[in-house]
Amino acid sequence: MTTQVRTEPITVNLGPQHPSTHGVFRMRVTFDGEEIIDVEPIFGYLHRGSEKLAEERTYVQVVTLTDRMDYVGSMLNNQAYMLAVEKLGNVEPAPRGVWLRMIASELQRIASHLVAVGFLIQDLGAWGTPLIYTMREREKILDLFEMLCGARITNSYLRPGGVFMDAPAEFWPAMNAVLDELPPRIDDLDDLLTDNDIIFSRTKGVSVLTPEQMLDASITGPMLRAAGVDWDLRHRDPYDYYDQVTFERPLHTAGDNFARYWVRVQEMRESIKIIRQCEKLIEPGPVRPEHDDVPWLLRPPIGDAYAAIEHSKGELGFYLVSDGSISPYRCHVRAPSLINLTLLREMLVGELLADMFVSFGSVDINMGEVDR
Amino acid sequence: MNSPFLDNSLFRNIYCYLASGSDDCAARGYDMAILPSGLEWLAFALTAFIIINIVINAGLGAVIVYIWGERRILGRIQNRTGPNRWGPFGTLTSVADAIKTLFKEDIVPDEADRWLFNLAPILMVFPVLMVLSVIPFGVGTFVVDLNVGILFVIAITSMSGISVVLASWASGNRIAIFAGMRSVAMLISYEIPMALSLIGVLMLAGSMSLGAIVDAQDIPFILVQPLGLFVFLLAAQAETSRTPFDLIEAESELAAGYLNDYSSMKFGIFFLAEFLATIVASMLIVTLFLGGWRGWEPIPSQIWFAGKTVLVLLFIMWMRFSWPRLRVDQILALAWKGLFELTLINIFVTAILIAIWPEPSVTELLIMSAINWVVFFISIWAVSKLLRPGDYTAPAPREDRPSYPVATDELPDEVAYTGGATR
Repeated sequence: MTTQVRTEPITVNLGPQHPSTHGVFRMRVTFDGEEIIDVEPIFGYLHRGSEKLAEERTYVQVVTLTDRMDYVGSMLNNQAYMLAVEKLGNVEPAPRGVWLRMIASELQRIASHLVAVGFLIQDLGAWGTPLIYTMREREKILDLFEMLCGARITNSYLRPGGVFMDAPAEFWPAMNAVLDELPPRIDDLDDLLTDNDIIFSRTKGVSVLTPEQMLDASITGPMLRAAGVDWDLRHRDPYDYYDQVTFERPLHTAGDNFARYWVRVQEMRESIKIIRQCEKLIEPGPVRPEHDDVPWLLRPPIGDAYAAIEHSKGELGFYLVSDGSISPYRCHVRAPSLINLTLLREMLVGELLADMFVSFGSVDINMGEVDR
Repeated sequence: MNSPFLDNSLFRNIYCYLASGSDDCAARGYDMAILPSGLEWLAFALTAFIIINIVINAGLGAVIVYIWGERRILGRIQNRTGPNRWGPFGTLTSVADAIKTLFKEDIVPDEADRWLFNLAPILMVFPVLMVLSVIPFGVGTFVVDLNVGILFVIAITSMSGISVVLASWASGNRIAIFAGMRSVAMLISYEIPMALSLIGVLMLAGSMSLGAIVDAQDIPFILVQPLGLFVFLLAAQAETSRTPFDLIEAESELAAGYLNDYSSMKFGIFFLAEFLATIVASMLIVTLFLGGWRGWEPIPSQIWFAGKTVLVLLFIMWMRFSWPRLRVDQILALAWKGLFELTLINIFVTAILIAIWPEPSVTELLIMSAINWVVFFISIWAVSKLLRPGDYTAPAPREDRPSYPVATDELPDEVAYTGGATR
């Protein structure tokens, strides 16, 4: 006679106060033993109404709101917003300003990827050591931002048509020193992490997403490239002067956690190459158009515009509607963090509890951007 | 009263100053006595009480120092200073932490099972302190030399698993239940390789007494029993739930695991037990594999023991701070598919060698160790081959791949965003 052991699933609330939800994210997860059978993501704990607030501010003031969306990618947010404003107001940007913001946003991309990789390893359970190594490199980049605009996190560096201030003379040698130091540090990361058997066995084949699934859900960024789809807006739809620089798009074919991690590490190397080229191509000149052409109180003609950039997390787009006044009539953000989360259930169901936060971390979301 | 404990110099030194008229003490040159004749039983009880207090307090003091040391070393590993505010080099940080923990509010959740909830911390710290009683810290410095010492250690440490289950169940917290399930799976799995890894040592020493094992180590057993040490080190890490085996309190997954609902000194006792368990595990490693208190004169044997323990602790910290955690199925696979086989190989080879040389001299021990190291490397290589995850096929170079390896047709070649259109 055999007896059937009766088991029942447990539903657990993980978050919003959980150490590894990268902010205030909440998941109502149903487990069968250790295996996940259902996930219900719940967000909105960090909602500040940035899009609504933008309607009450002038076009330049909105820059400060974009800083606070994805606060580990402020420069990139600034850039996406400025591209939309320039498209809306038909602003001709100043070349030196464009080069400077390309440099700034590529530096920001490295910093953002460093955070993503560091916290992914933290989620894997390492005692903070790799995280602190990546944070150490990020600090140097933040120091560079401090030289550029005086702020480290919430930069607000960009203005319509360029940047608000030229880089100081001591910025260039400092930046070169950082760029010289970075590749060996990334190699160190490779030695410590990429070739690590524990990390490899923990992340390989976990939370696999197929390209079809991701294209259906309009997922972009390193997640998509980790499944082998060559989709990078810097290459596909070059904005700023990205058509004048050459760089590789690292692709992986697996589409699992390890591939997502691997793509980010490789992209840091490519960003360094881009910055080196920008430094060669940049020429002296004004960093933003004359005030008479582009006043601080910008009044774009009636119309709408959408501009998108390749953010470190995916396609970040700003859709602005102008009614001819000094502030946007409507501002909508296509936030990659939010859209990349849409496949969370597909990623997690069937995996184990231990891999849950690793998969979650490999999406590389930022709650400031998810909730806005 | 003839006490069987008089071989123990720690015991003798206290007992003989208390008891008077004991022939044994007089024969050993003690002539001072505080208690009158006839009260030997009181002297015995007092001595036992004093020794227990010394050992427990030394253990707790070691934890305070260890926590400070671990945090300092973690700081150095992570390129930062570590605690340095309280006392010179931050030495008083742990004291401040302990005081802070004492004054926190002691919360018992409504849904908790009060009895078990309060019992669990005691059950956690009690076996660890019990293990301290059989470890020889130096020449004649031990509480008691049990002739079944190893059996005692293995039996008593398995109680810690029960306390984790109790704590997680009694908390009435679902996240804690996960920790309980994991502890049942993991701690019990690792009991087996841990116990089996010591059989080689038992065969070599011919005794279960920890004192006799130290006596038998004319050369440290790390040379003769590399496989045993390897398995015991990993299993002890798992038993004390340190990274990479810290499933039970996996911070990034379960927040604090079974400790979720504990606060104040109950939490403190769990913490203490955990750190004390690490120290005790390294003491056991020193006793069983590194020659225990044996060393060279004129450095006292107790210093040798402490120094070796610190070295083992440093190694454990290094492992802890460098590696990420394994997944639960991988940890169980390692126990049953890896370590279990390694222990069987070790027992088999050692048994054959003991059959050849029943009473090994130093030369014969060296020959044994040569054979054992060869076996060590071959078997570790084979097992790691077995357990290793398969490799990816390396991604093809860029030129050979189309731009869209998958789902090419669905994507448009050019995407133009039609912005700026007038409304």
